[in-house]
Amino acid sequence: MSSPGAVEDLLRGLAPQVLGILVRRHGQFHAAEDAVQEALLAAATRWPAEGVPEHPRSWLVTVAGRRLTDEWRSERARREREVAVAVREPAYAAVAPPPDEEAPAGDDTLRLLFLCCHPALNPPAQIALTLRAVGGLSTAEIARAFLVPEATMSQRIRRAKQRIEAAGARFTLPGPAERDERLRAVRQVLYLIFNEGYTASSGPHLRRSELTGEAIRLARELRRLLPDDGEVTGLLALMLLTDAHRAARTGPAGELVPLAEQDRARWDRAAIAEGAALVAEALTWSPPGPYQIQAAIAAVHAEAGSAAETDWRQIVALYRLLGVLAPNPMVTLNRAVAVAMVDGPRAGLALLAPLDADERTAGHHRLAAVRGHLLELAGERGPARAAYLAAARGTTSLPERRYLELRAARLTTGR
Amino acid sequence: MKYMLLIWNRPGFVESLSEQERNEIWGEVDEVMKELTASGELVGGQALADPSQTRTARLVGGRPEVTDGPFLESKEQFAGYLMVDCDTPERAAEIAAGWPDVRRGIGVLEVRPVMDEAGAEM
Repeated sequence: MSSPGAVEDLLRGLAPQVLGILVRRHGQFHAAEDAVQEALLAAATRWPAEGVPEHPRSWLVTVAGRRLTDEWRSERARREREVAVAVREPAYAAVAPPPDEEAPAGDDTLRLLFLCCHPALNPPAQIALTLRAVGGLSTAEIARAFLVPEATMSQRIRRAKQRIEAAGARFTLPGPAERDERLRAVRQVLYLIFNEGYTASSGPHLRRSELTGEAIRLARELRRLLPDDGEVTGLLALMLLTDAHRAARTGPAGELVPLAEQDRARWDRAAIAEGAALVAEALTWSPPGPYQIQAAIAAVHAEAGSAAETDWRQIVALYRLLGVLAPNPMVTLNRAVAVAMVDGPRAGLALLAPLDADERTAGHHRLAAVRGHLLELAGERGPARAAYLAAARGTTSLPERRYLELRAARLTTGR
Repeated sequence: MKYMLLIWNRPGFVESLSEQERNEIWGEVDEVMKELTASGELVGGQALADPSQTRTARLVGGRPEVTDGPFLESKEQFAGYLMVDCDTPERAAEIAAGWPDVRRGIGVLEVRPVMDEAGAEM
């Protein structure tokens, strides 16, 4: 007997290795991925009861390989029925003999990540495919995490695989010209997976919050494969430093607690120590990048005993650097909050003014929320209340709406 | 992002249609549903029974009271919904605009974002 949890961990680690072996042996990413998924499901059912086989990876390769050949047989039989005179080579001719049994497992995981984060796919498809092919999650688990029916998720994954095949994607590592761009997409996908889980880490959707653990696991794996990439390390650090707030980010009724009001005694100190050490070390040798800078900002917050003790000057400087490395009006929003803490709310509000003219932020609920906060700090209760209410109308997040409505209500009645 | 597409149409509109027109409409509905299933955007959807079967509950004189008939006494009534999960609000609106009720002027579709349980602390 093995515990289902231990089996699950083992299977998730083996999933990309087994898929890599099959794809290198037979080509056909699409069919191989389905076969591996079936083998994983078979193992998840059998291993907890029957025990883990002596060579679990070989077991999975054998079972998945058998599914694949079964699939071809029925496919070939179908074709032969349809095509009266089949002037074609048997499907088996397309199967190259295995050149080497021992797979460079790490390279396979990287190849799979690059394939799943292919530019022909939109982010939701990249996320779903990454979780299944690299993360070893079942379609049902992914569907539950994204609150859609299993059939919908299954169709999304199938379509994603068709897309990358149609785009002529190969199971190879991208060349130097493409590599940076593709690696950026991989980091972005892992970060999106993390955020999906983190922002849901309260209330009834615990399933969804498991995505943070999965994202951190994949980021650790990516860092193990690419220890020389400072941004991969920065990404892992950012995830750890953010996830450290998890227990403090919501109140007893599931309400959002802003950073400044969080009970810092409930922050996960081990995660903070690991994340802070990772980013500090990376910044000594790597050119700074957006993930490292965001992790550094999170580390500065983590160092402070309270919001008031925070080194806001350093945070302003880091946001300024982030704005240069990755210009984005959302960065300006965060910088405005930090500037308000150093130079007063008026200085922060002045930074927001140009964002009304930027189509990415004009009318955006986060702009209204930050404006409400700064107006409140400036003592302008009426306009602050109006801004909070505008933000509440604009958001599509239930906890954010409740939070913003509460801030507005406090300005109406509270003294 | 999930959107609910609320279908409003005139109850009994089918009565004025020929058999061929009816078949065309159901065919078009089928077509759109197939397309949304294939694209992985369809989350769900339901049609509702005729408004004559509706009951409405409201507080009257401090007590809940249930009456026969719909809440809104309007010519067009809520007939059903589709739930889609798509990349942009524009895409959701495009799906709505392609729905047979809209294309044939039988009814209107309202596109409304669905609230998410997830949220970022501010």
